[in-house]
Amino acid sequence: MERVTVADTIRELSREHLEQNGGLLLGQSISAVGWVNNTVPDCQGIVELPMTDVAGAGFAVGAALVGRRPIFVIRFQDFLLLNGSPLINYAAKSKELHGRPAPVFVRAIGADGIGPVHSGVVHSMFMHFPGFKVCSPMTPGEYRSIWQEYLTGDDPMLVSEHRASFQNCNELPDLLIPDADITLYPVSATRFEAVKAAELLAAEGIRCNVVHILWLKPFRVDQRVAHPLLCSGRGLVIDPGYSIAGAAQALAYELSQETGLPVAALGLEDATKCLCQPLQNRLPDAARIAERVRQIVKKGARGAQSTGGGHV
Amino acid sequence: MRRADYGVRPDASGSFSKAETLALYESICRSHFFDSQVIDAVKSGLTNYQVYLSLGQEAGPAALAAALPGAQLFTQHRCHGYFIAFGGPPEKLRDELLGRPSGSSGGRAGSNCLQHHDERLAMFGHHGLIGENVPLAVGAAFGNQKKTIAVFGDGSAEEDYIYPSLGFALTHRLPILFVCEDNDLSILTPTSTRRSWEFTQMAKGLGLPVRDLADDPWSVVQAVRELKGELPAVLNIRTCRRQWHVGVGCDGPPEWDRLALVQAELDRLGLGAERQEIERQAQQEMERLWNE
Repeated sequence: MERVTVADTIRELSREHLEQNGGLLLGQSISAVGWVNNTVPDCQGIVELPMTDVAGAGFAVGAALVGRRPIFVIRFQDFLLLNGSPLINYAAKSKELHGRPAPVFVRAIGADGIGPVHSGVVHSMFMHFPGFKVCSPMTPGEYRSIWQEYLTGDDPMLVSEHRASFQNCNELPDLLIPDADITLYPVSATRFEAVKAAELLAAEGIRCNVVHILWLKPFRVDQRVAHPLLCSGRGLVIDPGYSIAGAAQALAYELSQETGLPVAALGLEDATKCLCQPLQNRLPDAARIAERVRQIVKKGARGAQSTGGGHV
Repeated sequence: MRRADYGVRPDASGSFSKAETLALYESICRSHFFDSQVIDAVKSGLTNYQVYLSLGQEAGPAALAAALPGAQLFTQHRCHGYFIAFGGPPEKLRDELLGRPSGSSGGRAGSNCLQHHDERLAMFGHHGLIGENVPLAVGAAFGNQKKTIAVFGDGSAEEDYIYPSLGFALTHRLPILFVCEDNDLSILTPTSTRRSWEFTQMAKGLGLPVRDLADDPWSVVQAVRELKGELPAVLNIRTCRRQWHVGVGCDGPPEWDRLALVQAELDRLGLGAERQEIERQAQQEMERLWNE
């Protein structure tokens, strides 16, 4: 059987949307080199935008207002800072203010190691403001499910993609083990690293649950998410964005509030992602995740056994 | 050039039928008396939300509605005049200004973020960033290919997303009219303090058809009728607001009083009695509306 990658999934869902739903796909330099990592189909409805990072987002939102369900491609998430204004100030607020939804599907692609303004993951920005749903699918099945959610709903959606996922063909089921020492909640590309970290740690006798996070907003602390934490007594949220005021801290806070257990947050250091190797400030890899888990586990006390419930 | 007769066509009114002229004036008057009532509502404390009045600028929207009826609108903060001229129900506007659930946006958006959608009118607005409505208008025109008007001011014309909006509309030959309501002010900072270039020259440089004139309604209708066959295009309307940028205050008489000039023209045309009757009816309609 042919292996279907995340990139294939994105491309074929887009093709169906453009050819059969009258949808649009807008972005800069999308139909040239590599067709955005082979995620953009060669078909009708492709709109090459001029290099205009504020107005371009406005065009997409305008098309959303009149029912075209546009897919708006941001090739590097850092560009969301310029493109964010029409999305956050207009698309996100339109339904609540006027009862007029502006369902734009924003494909924001994360990467790593390619310099200060091409390596970012800034989805926390869209969690902060009201109006957008925010998700980070890393598997073909997840991508199909969030696409369905977009089509059946009327909210704008920020889809935090990551290049590290594009060749992935596999689903990522939660890893749950009895008597785990900690529950890991990885986000975006750190999910691949968290799985590796759990293996590394298992060899040392540290047992980790891995509960994969697809939806950042709304983030629901349901049974699937909470139960492993209640069993393990402590948790760690891992995100490829910056730590300070970032997604990991926000989710850790929610988990901690809901369960009364200590949940730590691991993201990027507060430093520029430089191009050169030692200063790239890359997303938390398996080694870094494992190191953080060792520190937490070594510290001993589990929230379940302590009276606290705070944030470690 | 700031003059009440800048670009105004000599005897423009002469090419309009009496019915057209009176309809144009009725539209101006309804907007005028609506906003006059808003001043009273604010002064009496009926509402304390911020209001952006169209007083002094009523002629532009009235002329645009006459020349491009049924266009989908993307207006910005000073938009009561567009709402009324393009056939929005005044009671919905009133209720929106009062923050009532029966307002056009359920009372949640208010004067500067006005929208209205029914079978007669598709009016989108902005959310408070000047000119943000312009790329939205371009995207909407691209998306549904409907005749579209994007309204902004001489201040918004400087926003960095305006130039690419004009460019994209031109590239894709979109049916959109860009209307710059040029009062030569960004709140109170004159254009000459802000920039050395002319917006109309920028638009011409891109290759867009441009008309640049004061807000004489007959001349504006003529200009728009010329442009509507060659959209996308730019219309720069020299105008002056009577009240403050926001609120009901006034810093003295405007550079020109378009309403008085239109009234004088109607009298010259021998339509003095008709104009007084239109004024009486419009005033009565809006007083009744606000006293309900």
